[in-house]
Amino acid sequence: MARITIDRLRHSYMAEPKRPEDWALKEMSLEWQDGGAYALLGPSGCGKTTLLNLISGLLRPSEGRILFDDQDVSRASPEDRNIAQVFQFPVIYDTMTVYENLAFPLKNRHVPASEIDRRVREIAGMLDLGDSLMNRAAGLTADGKQKISLGRGLVRSDVNVIMFDEPLTVIDPHLKWVLRSKLKELHHRVKRTMIYVTHDQTEALTFADLVVVMNNGEVVQVGTPIELFDRPAHTFVGHFIGSPGMNVLPASLENDGVSFMGSRIEVIDPQRAGAAAGGQLEIGIRPEFISFGTTGLPVEIGKVSDAGRFRIVEARHQGQLIRVLVPEGYAVPADGAHLAFDAQHTHLYRDGWLVA
Amino acid sequence: MTLELRHVTKSVDGVPHIFETDLLLEEGSFNVLLGTTLAGKTTLLQLMAGLDRPSSGEIWFRGSNVTGMAVQKRNVSMVYQQFINYPHLSVYENIASPLRVAKLGRAEIEKRVGAVSELLRLTPMLQRRPAELSGGQQQRTAIARALVKDSDLVLLDEPLANLDYKLREELRDELPRLFAGRRCIVVYATTEPTEALLFGGYTATLHEGRVTQFGPTGAIYRQPRDLLSAQVFSDPPLNVAQVIKNGPRIELSGGIGFALSGPAAGLPDGPYTWAIRAHHITPLQQAAGRATLDGRVLLAELTGSDSVIHFHLDGATWISQSHGVHPFDVGADAKLFVDVDRSFLFDADGRLVGGSE
Amino acid sequence: MNKQINQKAWLLVLPVVVLVAFNAVIPLMTVVNYSVQETFGDNVFFWEGVGWFEQVLQSPRFHDALLRQMLFTGLVLVIEVPLGLIIALAMPRKGFWVSVCLVLMALPLLIPWNVVGAMWNIFALPEIGLLGKGLNNLGFDYNYTRQPVTAWFTTVLMDVWHWTSLVVLLCYAGLVSIPDDYYRAAKIDGASAWAVFRYIQLPKLKRVLTIAILLRFMDSFMIYTEVKVLTGGGPGNATTFLSIDLDKMALGQFDLGPAAAMSLIYFLIILLFSWLFYTLMMRNEAQ
Repeated sequence: MARITIDRLRHSYMAEPKRPEDWALKEMSLEWQDGGAYALLGPSGCGKTTLLNLISGLLRPSEGRILFDDQDVSRASPEDRNIAQVFQFPVIYDTMTVYENLAFPLKNRHVPASEIDRRVREIAGMLDLGDSLMNRAAGLTADGKQKISLGRGLVRSDVNVIMFDEPLTVIDPHLKWVLRSKLKELHHRVKRTMIYVTHDQTEALTFADLVVVMNNGEVVQVGTPIELFDRPAHTFVGHFIGSPGMNVLPASLENDGVSFMGSRIEVIDPQRAGAAAGGQLEIGIRPEFISFGTTGLPVEIGKVSDAGRFRIVEARHQGQLIRVLVPEGYAVPADGAHLAFDAQHTHLYRDGWLVA
Repeated sequence: MTLELRHVTKSVDGVPHIFETDLLLEEGSFNVLLGTTLAGKTTLLQLMAGLDRPSSGEIWFRGSNVTGMAVQKRNVSMVYQQFINYPHLSVYENIASPLRVAKLGRAEIEKRVGAVSELLRLTPMLQRRPAELSGGQQQRTAIARALVKDSDLVLLDEPLANLDYKLREELRDELPRLFAGRRCIVVYATTEPTEALLFGGYTATLHEGRVTQFGPTGAIYRQPRDLLSAQVFSDPPLNVAQVIKNGPRIELSGGIGFALSGPAAGLPDGPYTWAIRAHHITPLQQAAGRATLDGRVLLAELTGSDSVIHFHLDGATWISQSHGVHPFDVGADAKLFVDVDRSFLFDADGRLVGGSE
Repeated sequence: MNKQINQKAWLLVLPVVVLVAFNAVIPLMTVVNYSVQETFGDNVFFWEGVGWFEQVLQSPRFHDALLRQMLFTGLVLVIEVPLGLIIALAMPRKGFWVSVCLVLMALPLLIPWNVVGAMWNIFALPEIGLLGKGLNNLGFDYNYTRQPVTAWFTTVLMDVWHWTSLVVLLCYAGLVSIPDDYYRAAKIDGASAWAVFRYIQLPKLKRVLTIAILLRFMDSFMIYTEVKVLTGGGPGNATTFLSIDLDKMALGQFDLGPAAAMSLIYFLIILLFSWLFYTLMMRNEAQ
């Protein structure tokens, strides 16, 4: 187990990267505590797999360092890094039993047989595999196979970090929560450093205490699920996390205040607005933090979609679309509606980044 | 112009896939077939398309019996879960292909492809090959091909299932707009209740080869005819418990009980099946006087803007859903508030007898 | 389903049915016809019953040829399958050299069989052939036209050269289809190269190897052209395998009855072996 430090890491698949877009992974520094549960979250092509491969040692970084505790492993081979990994598609040794599968990493490391037996039974118990130890692993269901993959990482006592690469892809949707629950419970019990890589926000937010959101090769926010929802550090986070995503509205500075299509947005502190000068400004507000009222931003009501638990109202101010989420039991005004923004949750962005 | 299934059944090798089904779909309507995998959605679509022949019963279209008619002779389009395009043809040619088959003139083809690609925001990539497009664009191409020939019947079989969730959100928003104002009948198969709700229109809930209910989407969501329909139309799954009604109270096992109000309180005493959707159980006290449950958290799933809490109570697993981010540790104790007024009561046969949302 | 359309589809199958009839069914029936009759030409036939079959099955000549055939096929399988697997394992998986290796491997398979025979015939000639002359210069007494052992050596070597590539290509295709994640998992688990082979590659190649062995069994059991050109079945009868023997009987001596009976027995043996072999392998798989 180890603390993982990523120090000014940068990577390109090209021999001589010149333009910023040549970098698959833009410069980043991160620090992950020993025993923490982390997630790398982002759409396909965001660089999360590159980062995963850099940490596991399948790639050598173009620049920067990766440290396990205080040891620089940037150039170390995957074997020397003592990393366990659970892959997207279950990797099991077909010809072996469940027991032999779990014992395999220990056998390869010449651990004494009695110690192997003790560890295998302990881990199998944790994973609820105790009853099928003597069965052929090939006959297990997908979730059983993924448990074996995880178990092969857990049996070793020398593992620095366990990485998960979209591990629930092949799991039946109705069973996913059971495995998610198992993973969380296991993390609590073994307190190993775990990194979960996924494009699925539910998986990342459910598993991790701290989520690293990536887009276009850079880290756009590191935060708890609550922070990502309440204070998206980048408009991308606001859009990507949550359904429906955050409204991102064009804004400008007028008379020491922030305006949207000529209307002053009072809830944004003018002082903050002043600090934001000199870039492209946007207002970010989630649909759940907008309410209808008799004063405020005048809008026309367009399509209303009924999602059962709430309705999504498409309101327009001078043609600009603003989505509003109306909870069950609240009315949608017919016309003459005005929108009120919640002060706490109305954010100002400059060139995509949150103005603090 | 209607599509009518009359007493249609389908069996394969003696195994019934579709039990006797009657459905009447109106011109210009958007219809959702909602059910889990293997509920019979695809089979029903194949029957409607004419790709498969019913074991018994008839299919009527525009007032004539089309039961045995070959699919080529019907004016049908289909979009699948997999992005099916001609890999060697450009996006333009892909979209134009049904029109070329129909031997339309060059000018007409150009006009129609132009219009539909504008609608689906594919105009900038008309000269590219499908492989060079993102998943969302590939599926948009397939949808454009289904739209371009002005079919009488457009069948979509889980077309968004293979897309990332943000793209899914986007296309889910676009789809009803595309069909608005068209005369064609749209049938859309999905496993997701949310999709059915957001599309509006009509929904048929399917369970193990039977249509359990068919009607306007909002109505059958709020007033499911029976327990099965309610279960099919609930995601996260419906919380279900066997209860004994005693005066205005219902008693669950383990000493848990709730007071009923409204018409449901007046039902005769006795055993019932009680059910409540997950979002009427929340960890947030939204209103005073709510009934409470003390559960042990199995998992709090955070979807970004929602929290789905699986919890354990008296030997059963319950699910709560609430808006916002509400993390709980696995194994933590949680107090949950139940909006009993928005629950359902079903009789011994599973029919809805009281309650609604 | 749409029956009126499906009926027409049979017409599309018709050419194949006719072709197969001319190609396989009619010749086979002719052979069956010959195998139960005696003829002296002029289209005069006498009923013989199972006489020819009895004669062939009891003749030492057939027994010898069958024994030679089994030995040859056994040798070929024992050498080609492991060798092919080893070569496939050694081949690069990525980069420029992949196509170079694949082309080199495919070359022997592209050469017509009689040319292969002729090539090796010349190559192995003790006086002028590169192989024959070379071996003799190295001090080996090598003359495949006179010594049974060297004739066998040359025949087997020729077959190995000709057909190992097939095993290589099949195994290679099987190997590249193993997802990278398996190798990565094995690395993480600290598996040795041998363990990777034993627990990942070999199990994943099982199906491919079954097909390779089956193909090589059938082809080597029916080997004809190359041997005919290389040794003609000699010296003496040293390399007279079943097909060569059949050829001598049918075309050399024009004993059509016994030859027909023998070819039917030959056919049944191959069928039996292939079936046995396939079921055994598949049963293993199921377990």
